[in-house]
Amino acid sequence: MSFHKHTLPNGLTIVGEISPSARSVAVGFFVKTGSRDETPDESGVSHFLEHMVFKGTPNRTALQVNFDFDKIGASYNAFTSEENTVFYAAILPEYLPQAVDILADILRPSLRGDDFDMEKKVIIEEIGMYDDQPMWCAYDNAKKAFFAEHPLGNSILGTAASITSLQREQMQAYYDRRYVAPNITVAIAGNLAWDDAVKLIEKQCSHWPSGAAPRGNITPATARKHLQVMTKESLKQEQVFMLSPGPAADSMQRYAADALAMILGDDSGSRLYWALVDPGLADSADMGFHDYEGAGGYFTSFSCEPENTEDNLAIIHEILREVQREGVSEEELAVAKSKILSRVVRGSERPMGRMQALGMGWTYLKTYRSVDEELANYDAVTLKDIRGVLDKYPFDQLTVLALGPLAGLE
Amino acid sequence: MAQQIFQHSFANGLTLLLERMDHVRSAAVNFLVPAGCVYDPPDELGLVSIFSDMITRGAGDRDSRALTLAMDSLGLDHSESVGQLHLRFWGSTLARNIPSSLELFADILRHPHLPAEELDSVKALALQDLQALEDEPRAKVMVEMRRRFWPAPLGQDRRGTEASIGRITEKSIRDFHDAHFGPRGTILSVAGNVEWLPLRDQVEKLFGDWTGKDVRPPELTPPVKGSTHLDKDTTQTQIVIGYPSVPFGHPEYYAALGAVQVLSGGMGARLFTEVREKRGLCYSVSANYQTFKQVAGILCYAGTTTERAQETLDVTIGELRRLADGVSDDEVQRVRAGLKSSVIMQEESTSSRAGALASDWYYLGRVRSMEEIHDAIESLSPTSILDHVRKHPPRDFTIVTLGKNALQLPTK
Repeated sequence: MSFHKHTLPNGLTIVGEISPSARSVAVGFFVKTGSRDETPDESGVSHFLEHMVFKGTPNRTALQVNFDFDKIGASYNAFTSEENTVFYAAILPEYLPQAVDILADILRPSLRGDDFDMEKKVIIEEIGMYDDQPMWCAYDNAKKAFFAEHPLGNSILGTAASITSLQREQMQAYYDRRYVAPNITVAIAGNLAWDDAVKLIEKQCSHWPSGAAPRGNITPATARKHLQVMTKESLKQEQVFMLSPGPAADSMQRYAADALAMILGDDSGSRLYWALVDPGLADSADMGFHDYEGAGGYFTSFSCEPENTEDNLAIIHEILREVQREGVSEEELAVAKSKILSRVVRGSERPMGRMQALGMGWTYLKTYRSVDEELANYDAVTLKDIRGVLDKYPFDQLTVLALGPLAGLE
Repeated sequence: MAQQIFQHSFANGLTLLLERMDHVRSAAVNFLVPAGCVYDPPDELGLVSIFSDMITRGAGDRDSRALTLAMDSLGLDHSESVGQLHLRFWGSTLARNIPSSLELFADILRHPHLPAEELDSVKALALQDLQALEDEPRAKVMVEMRRRFWPAPLGQDRRGTEASIGRITEKSIRDFHDAHFGPRGTILSVAGNVEWLPLRDQVEKLFGDWTGKDVRPPELTPPVKGSTHLDKDTTQTQIVIGYPSVPFGHPEYYAALGAVQVLSGGMGARLFTEVREKRGLCYSVSANYQTFKQVAGILCYAGTTTERAQETLDVTIGELRRLADGVSDDEVQRVRAGLKSSVIMQEESTSSRAGALASDWYYLGRVRSMEEIHDAIESLSPTSILDHVRKHPPRDFTIVTLGKNALQLPTK
C-alpha cells in the first residue's frame, strides 16, 4: 500500500492510498462542516444540504444523479455529523472517472426551490423516523444536555420547526460560507492509478472557489454533573446515557481512552457486560469513546426494565469509582489490544473502510496514518497511559439522561 | 483472479467449505446448525433464543468468563443468531487465529456447559428482548408480517411469549442440544486467508467423531394470511406489503431478483423515485427478496407520518402493479450494473463470502462460482424480467400497518 497527496492551487487536498489487490475503489469528498458550524436559526442546514446535494446541478436533474450512480453499479451515500459532511461512492476500478465526475458535479448543487420544498418533506420524515427510536432520542438529548452551550450540542437533524422555517437563501449562504476548496478533502483508496485520479479531480474541481472557512469556538467539553429524566409513558424500557469528558481527536491520549472504553464497556467481556448484561439486569450496556475537534467524551449507555434503572446506575457508578481508584489490569489491556488489532485489520480490508479512515485522518490531523501506524499507536498504550487519561478526565462528574416510562430518578 | 473454493463432506455428515482469499489478512467462520426457532417446542416458544445465549456461557474445560476471555484474546468477534431454520455461529478474526478459534467453536458446539444456575438471568434478558420489541415499531411490524405471510412455523417469532419463556426448563435446554446438535445437516464455511489441507485436517480432528441425529424439517401449514393494522401512538406509520415470489434455485430466481432491483436496486429505482424523490412521502422505502427452500416472497417497507400514510401505501401498491406493464432497457442496464458490482465487491469481505458459501450449499447443494452468477446477471433482459413478472405478478398482498390510524387497503 502506498500513500499519495496533492493539493490544488485553490486549496483542495487529495489524499490516496493505493492497494493493487483490492477489487474496488472508494472515493469520498469530506467537507469539514456540520451541525457545530451552524447558527441557531439555521439548525439542521448541514444535513438538509447533504440531501440537497443529490438533487442536481446545472448539468443533472435529481433523477439523473441517481440514474448515473446506478448505471455504474455504485454503492454510494452521504452522512452528516457534528463536524463533517461526507459524500462517497465505492465502484469497480474501471468506473472511477464516472464516479468522480458525478461526485464533483453534485458538490456544486443548484439548490433549486422546488427540490428544496420537496426534500424538506423527506427531512421531516427522517426526523419522524428517529422520533420513534427511543435509543436515538436518548442519545441526542444526552448529547445536548452534556455539551449544553457548546456547539457540539447542536442537533444534526434540527427539529421539524427549524427545518420548516429554513429558507433556501439561508442554505445558499451556508453553502457559500462552508463549501470552499480549502475546507474539502478528497480521499481515494483501493485499486487505482494515482496520477490519473489526480487529473480527474483537477479537471473537475480546480475552478472551485477558494477562501477560508474557519470554525469558531473550539473549546474542550467541560464536565457537567446533571440528571435529566424524560418521561414517555408509552415506552416499556428505560434508555439511559451517561456522559463525561475525554481527550480530543488530535490528542495521543485518544488511544488510551479508546482502550479504556473497550475494557469498561465493549459488548464482549467488558466490566459493564459482566456486571449488567451477564446477570440479566440490563439487556444492553456499553461505553464508547467519541472524539471531536478540540473535545471528546465517553458515552456510557444501557437499557433495562424501568424498575432496575436506579440499581443499574449505582452499579455503573461503582464500576467507574473502582476504575478511577485502581485503574485496569495488564491482562485487560492486552485483551483490549487484541480486539482492536483484529477490528482495525478487518475494517481496513475494504477500500470503503480505508477511504473513511484516510479522509477523517486528513480532515482532523493533516497527517496520514497507515493501518500499521494506527495499530502501533494502540499497541504503545501502557497502564501508565491509562492512568494518565483517567487522571486528566476522571469519571467523577456525569451527565445522566434517562428516557422511558420512569417519572423520576433519585 | 480465479476463485479458490474447496469442499469436503465428512463421513459423519458434516460439510466443510472454504474460499481461500489470499489478498486479505483475516478470515471468517460460519456454522449453520439445523437448530432454528421453527424447532421451538410449541409450548416453549423462545427456547432456541434462550439456548443461543446459554451456549456460550462455558464450554469444554472453560467456564463462561474463561471462554469469553479466550475468544477476546484471539480478537474473535462472534455472534450467535437465531434464524428460522438454523442457529448461525459467526466468528471473524485474523487468519492466523482461526485454528485456535475453531477449537473454541468445537467446545461450544459439542461440549457447552449450559449452566442451570444462569437460566434465570438468560430468561430475564429474553423477557427484556420481548419488551424492547414494543419500543421498536419497525421490528414490531415485521414480526407481525412474518407471522401472517409465511407458512407456519416459518413465520414464527424467535422471541416466544412471556408465558412460553416461563415454561422453559434446564432439561428442555439440554434435550434441545441432544436432539439438534450434530454433524448431520451442519455446514461449516470459512472464507479468508486460510489454507485448505491444514483446515480440513483440523476440522476432521475436532469434529470427525461427532455424532448426532437427523433433524427433520418441520411440516408446513398455510399461513394465517390476511392483512391487519396494529394500533400504536407513534410519529410514523409503518407499512409492510408482502407478496409471493419464486425460491432461490428456481429457474426464474435471477429474473425475480431483477424485478426486485427494478423496484428497489438503487436510488434510481422505482420505489425510491416515485415515493421519495417525486413525492417526498418518506425517508425510507424499499423492497426485499426473502426465501426459504419451498417458498419465497417480496417484502416492501415504508415508514411515513400518519397524514401521508394512505398516499404512501397507494403509490407503493401502484408501483408494484405497474411492474407488469413493462421494464425498460435502461432500468435493466442499471440492475445488471448494481448486481455485478455487488458480487465483485463481496470478494472483499470474508464474512459475506463465508455466509454466501454456506447459504449456496444449503439451498443448492453446491457453491456457485462468481462466473456463474456473473453470466446469470448478464443474461437478464427486459423480456426475461417481464416474463417472470407476468407469470408471478405482484398481487395477493398481505399488508400490515402500525401507527395511529388504519389505512384503506387495496381491494385485490
